[in-house]
Amino acid sequence: MSKRVTIDPVTRIEGHLRVDVEVDGGRVKKAWASGQMWRGVENILIGRDPRDAWAITQRICGVCTTVHAIASVRAVENALQLEIPVNAQYIRNMIMLAHAVHDHIVHFYHLSALDWVDVVSAMKADPEKTASLAQGLSNWNGNSKAEFVKVQERLKGFVGTGQLGIFTNGYWGHPAMKLTPEVNLLAVSHYLQALEVQRYASKIVAVLGSKSPHIQNVAVGGVANPLSVDSQSVLTIERLLAVKEWMLKLEDFVKNVYLVDVGAIGGFYADWTKYGKGITDYLCVPDVPLDGKGTTFALPGGYIEGGKLESYKPITSFNDKFFTDGVSEAIKHSWYNYSDGNDKSLHPYKGETTPNYTDFQDDGKYSWLKSPTFYGKPMQVGPLPRVMNMLAAGHEPTKKYATAALDLVSTVAGTKVGVEALHSTIGRHAARAVGCAVQVDELINQWDLLLANMAKGDLKTFNKPVFPKGEQMGVGFHEAPRGVLSHWVVIDSGKIKNYQCVVPTTWNAAPRNEKDQPGAYEACLIDNPVADPEKPLEVLRTVHSFDPCLACAVHVVDQENNPVVTVKAV
Amino acid sequence: MRIVVLGIGNILLTDEGVGVRTIEALERDYVLPADVEVIDGGTCGMEMLEQLENLDGLIVVDCVRCNQPPATPVLLKGDDVPVFFRTKLSPHQVSLSDVLASLEFTDRAPKSIAIVGMQPVSMALGLELSPEVAVKVPDLLAMTLAELQLLGVDAKRRA
Repeated sequence: MSKRVTIDPVTRIEGHLRVDVEVDGGRVKKAWASGQMWRGVENILIGRDPRDAWAITQRICGVCTTVHAIASVRAVENALQLEIPVNAQYIRNMIMLAHAVHDHIVHFYHLSALDWVDVVSAMKADPEKTASLAQGLSNWNGNSKAEFVKVQERLKGFVGTGQLGIFTNGYWGHPAMKLTPEVNLLAVSHYLQALEVQRYASKIVAVLGSKSPHIQNVAVGGVANPLSVDSQSVLTIERLLAVKEWMLKLEDFVKNVYLVDVGAIGGFYADWTKYGKGITDYLCVPDVPLDGKGTTFALPGGYIEGGKLESYKPITSFNDKFFTDGVSEAIKHSWYNYSDGNDKSLHPYKGETTPNYTDFQDDGKYSWLKSPTFYGKPMQVGPLPRVMNMLAAGHEPTKKYATAALDLVSTVAGTKVGVEALHSTIGRHAARAVGCAVQVDELINQWDLLLANMAKGDLKTFNKPVFPKGEQMGVGFHEAPRGVLSHWVVIDSGKIKNYQCVVPTTWNAAPRNEKDQPGAYEACLIDNPVADPEKPLEVLRTVHSFDPCLACAVHVVDQENNPVVTVKAV
Repeated sequence: MRIVVLGIGNILLTDEGVGVRTIEALERDYVLPADVEVIDGGTCGMEMLEQLENLDGLIVVDCVRCNQPPATPVLLKGDDVPVFFRTKLSPHQVSLSDVLASLEFTDRAPKSIAIVGMQPVSMALGLELSPEVAVKVPDLLAMTLAELQLLGVDAKRRA
């Protein structure tokens, strides 16, 4: 007999996501993902100055302030066909890449590792064995026996008082937890070290963005702060040197700890390469532009059909019509109305944001998220699509780190694991780590490019925008940590006439579209095991592997009298 | 002494942004000593970890829900603070509570935490506070200044 399990909200994420699954014979047979908050930032922007849009849109979300700022200025610049100084491009690239590295580290260690790592079990570990295991995997200097003893003592003190604090709401002792106490202790120690390391990425964003958490150093036309070799009030050589030092610390951690841990945990949980595949139409946009116009990029992007690398079709510039023409959004199952009928799908330039709340209707409307499609098909976006596209494009650094990660998984699992294993729940974590290693290298490369250009005497960071009469349309896309982010703006005589944000979580967490095809979360949950419907850890594993972040996908909630989390199995 | 006044909330959602609006008024109207940092935290999380480490005092100014009539100012201190984070009173406390828990686990938690809050009237879309809440911002500001005073900080009103 089938059981309906409702997880509302899914925790350890930003925003409010509800997931419902129908479980039969220990497997998920049907799934619904529902954004439980309504977002209307688009409506706030209408009539405003396009130069202010980035400052408002960065408030959409608490986590991804920078990505919306970047997508927004790119949209306005695209509408004006405004070229920006290459220095501004490098500075923006470093802000984005540091943000991305931060996001990946925090996602893996602090938001999803506890789905795989049993914190309580770590107390039983032999620290000596943990040290020898850890040192066999990597020569990171935080892998000493003394370090593991210290962490274990700390943990015993914490759990002993009944105050799990940071570790509450974990499914400790769940039958799907497979790691030995030693591996669990290793992971908990790295969890704490990651907490230390992530601050370097925040510092880079704060210094280059000139304020944290909300960056200020962006402007339509470039970046707001001038570059200088000596003045104290601007971005100086001294500050740039400090930034470089933090980049190297991040590089050390990402390559010697994060990539290794994901490979090892992937190997121990190799059975999870069989679950969570879902949609294998992968969309990714190119990013890290190397010129002022956005016609060459350090990281390639494109579209892959059905998971087949040979089907790769690249997206090559900020003006690429293959991308711009292909996106549209449906609302058949979303709490909105379209003026021309709810079975239509609208291009973002023509997008409408008119709420129409019903109840949760299994076959009707059930989410505040719209359903984006690319040429009429639902997509998966994010680290896995990114890595697949970069592999298909022949990007050498991606090949190098993907091979290293898969080799480690194969060694730990004791069986050869290839690229096909990435189309899975655990594969998304591996792809995120591979992508992160590529991004940390590129972060350092952008620093070198900036300094080389400054050495030539070019300190320009801003081109003044001019708003002509009449209507202009533009899209700004950005390959954000969670995947393809695009802002679409229609400007009329210097004022915003229409604005739509199509965000990564909308692509992935979308409800069924106008053709009733499920979104990426919904599709990837099918056939997931669920050992205990009262403790649906496996569902969380798969949903968390996307790094769900509903804050920008949806907005506003009335949580009065709502308990922290409900798991309801009917 | 290291003290942080942290305004949190989403300024796109009318009264949700009351914490941010209050600290904006604090920065605009008062001169604070160098050891007091005023942070517009928005709805951020782990990014704020370093700024909130090893504080002698943390004052959080926020929009809260605690079954009071709308536009009621609220002050939570001492044992009430953990309760604030265990029952969902503020939509963005998930990330702030993660930050505070991390600080606690690494022995870097603030020595004292006070929460200065306001029950919202409206959480609709918009950059402006509701008139009922807007008129109470001076009250929240006065409560914030009183908390600063308890920590030994005298803020001077700008001329």
